[in-house]
Amino acid sequence: MLKNKFYAKFLIMIGAALILSACANTGDEAMDSAPAPEVSAPPQRQAPTVERVTIDPLSQEALDMVMGGMEGSLVYFAFDRYDVDSSARGVLQAQANWMKTNNVNVIIEGHCDERGTREYNIALGDRRANAVKNYLVAMGVAASRVRTVSYGKERPVNMSDHDKNRRGYTRVN
Amino acid sequence: MKLIKILLLSIIGIMSANLSAHAVIEIDITRGNVQPLPIAIMNLAGSADEITSSGSVMDIGAQISRVITADLERSGLFSAIDPRAFINSANATAAPQFANWRAVGAQALVTGTAVLEEDGRVRVEFRLWDVLGTTQMTGLRYFTAPRNWRRIAHLISDAIYKRLTGEDGYFDTRIVYISESGPYLERIKRLAIMDQDGFNHKFLTDGSYMILNPRFSPTSQEITYLSFYNDTPRVYLFNIDTGKSEMLGEFDGMTFAPRFSPDGKKVIMSKAERGNSDIFVMELATRRIEQLTNHSAIDTSPSFSPFGRYVAFNSDRGGTQQLYVMDSNGENVNRISFGNGRYATPVWSPRGDLIAFTKQTGGKFYIGVMRPDGSGERILTESYFEEGPTWSPNGRVLMYYRKYPYDNRGGGGETQLWSIDLTGYNERQVITPLDGSDPAWSPLMD
Repeated sequence: MLKNKFYAKFLIMIGAALILSACANTGDEAMDSAPAPEVSAPPQRQAPTVERVTIDPLSQEALDMVMGGMEGSLVYFAFDRYDVDSSARGVLQAQANWMKTNNVNVIIEGHCDERGTREYNIALGDRRANAVKNYLVAMGVAASRVRTVSYGKERPVNMSDHDKNRRGYTRVN
Repeated sequence: MKLIKILLLSIIGIMSANLSAHAVIEIDITRGNVQPLPIAIMNLAGSADEITSSGSVMDIGAQISRVITADLERSGLFSAIDPRAFINSANATAAPQFANWRAVGAQALVTGTAVLEEDGRVRVEFRLWDVLGTTQMTGLRYFTAPRNWRRIAHLISDAIYKRLTGEDGYFDTRIVYISESGPYLERIKRLAIMDQDGFNHKFLTDGSYMILNPRFSPTSQEITYLSFYNDTPRVYLFNIDTGKSEMLGEFDGMTFAPRFSPDGKKVIMSKAERGNSDIFVMELATRRIEQLTNHSAIDTSPSFSPFGRYVAFNSDRGGTQQLYVMDSNGENVNRISFGNGRYATPVWSPRGDLIAFTKQTGGKFYIGVMRPDGSGERILTESYFEEGPTWSPNGRVLMYYRKYPYDNRGGGGETQLWSIDLTGYNERQVITPLDGSDPAWSPLMD
């Protein structure tokens, strides 16, 4: 079908050329009577739907972006430790600033790696969650906006890197 | 209790009064590596024509004998002689021809019968014979609903074990544990219960919320555990017969690591508030709570001594996780673990003479025991990861769980239940339908 159309156009164009050349010989008169070459109209362009991409400023995604990356809601701890180290302090400072301008409540999850006993890790995860909470509160976040929960070693996110499991996760509530 | 109702069990008593005061054969289980006692276990004789709701009494008798055989062999203290080697199938009601049993190497012999009673119950009798001494050592008769034959088998195993070792058995018991399934990112952890030999398995929760660290009441059909119901980790009490559960107390902070007192009237547990875990004890009748430790360190995994006078627990107050013992009012705290590494999950033996624990050192995990004063530490087993020992009610066997490392293809990480004899021998996997962790042994049922 397309091919036929193409040939049809091609033949018309050749025909038109022949007529034109004939006209050249016979004068302007013939030009007016020559059939207008068929020109297919350009396809009508469909205007795409454009929506502005936004992040809900009160969402987990927004908190993730707080540090300019995807890990704005995560801090990490050393083995069997629960102190907030310098890299965690940067993240938590940004979290605190974000919380001060965005009216959200959060739950701090405390997690441990799997190289420990279950009950002790429940307690250690609670320590870590509270260390994060205390830091946020010290940075000016109201304590009533921050809940804590410990999952101990029960929610690992990485099978090979134990460091990635010893974490505090700030979850928008 | 439902089990009792269906059991309708009555022990008529020892049928033979002329027991010799000095048994010729006995197993000394205080020594290290015990040579298993050769025992012949005949099929309990029954008629193929007496049909019950659970098959003929002939089938029931044969199945009971198989369960007894499995129980005794699993203990590591007995080796059952292959029935194909038996020379004669003795008349179960008459005295055996001992020469024929000596000839196949048996030192002990079990015979018996299964009979259908007019009221629909099954009457099961067994006799334990000393082959060398040519005497009957014990004999008992039980009545039960036919479908309850498995418990009769375990009761007979316990009676044989007790007669030959001098100690209570642990076969008529159950295990409550955490059934695990799913990949590590979506691991489901739910409560399950089974007989100690893995039969009569039942899930007690549906897995929609996580449950950890279940423990049996020593006196009732109740379990206490940590539940993450509503994303709020708290200690619960669960009634096995009714299936009802209730949160133990209303606390602002998390409660966890529960365990019953020996009289079943209290639950001791950790309570965490503002990042600090201390040990509390709750009286179940009044829900009155008493704080036992008050220290900025983590205090958890409390376990009462058998008479409730002392509490062993886990604390990092000395810098790392170690074991401590205190009076049950919280006074006189003493550290008892001083070896290399971290110590955790102390559990007092029902006999009172030992505390089992988990040890972590050099990238491995170990299950061991020590005396309550910390002396005599003995490691029983080691692996990449294992923890959480629980004692058989007679204090002879420990069960715990093991977790395997993840492999580099996205697999691995399985959890399994294992058991080992206190001597450090006879380590065996306890088979569960799915993965398993956190086993807790019931007391002997009654």
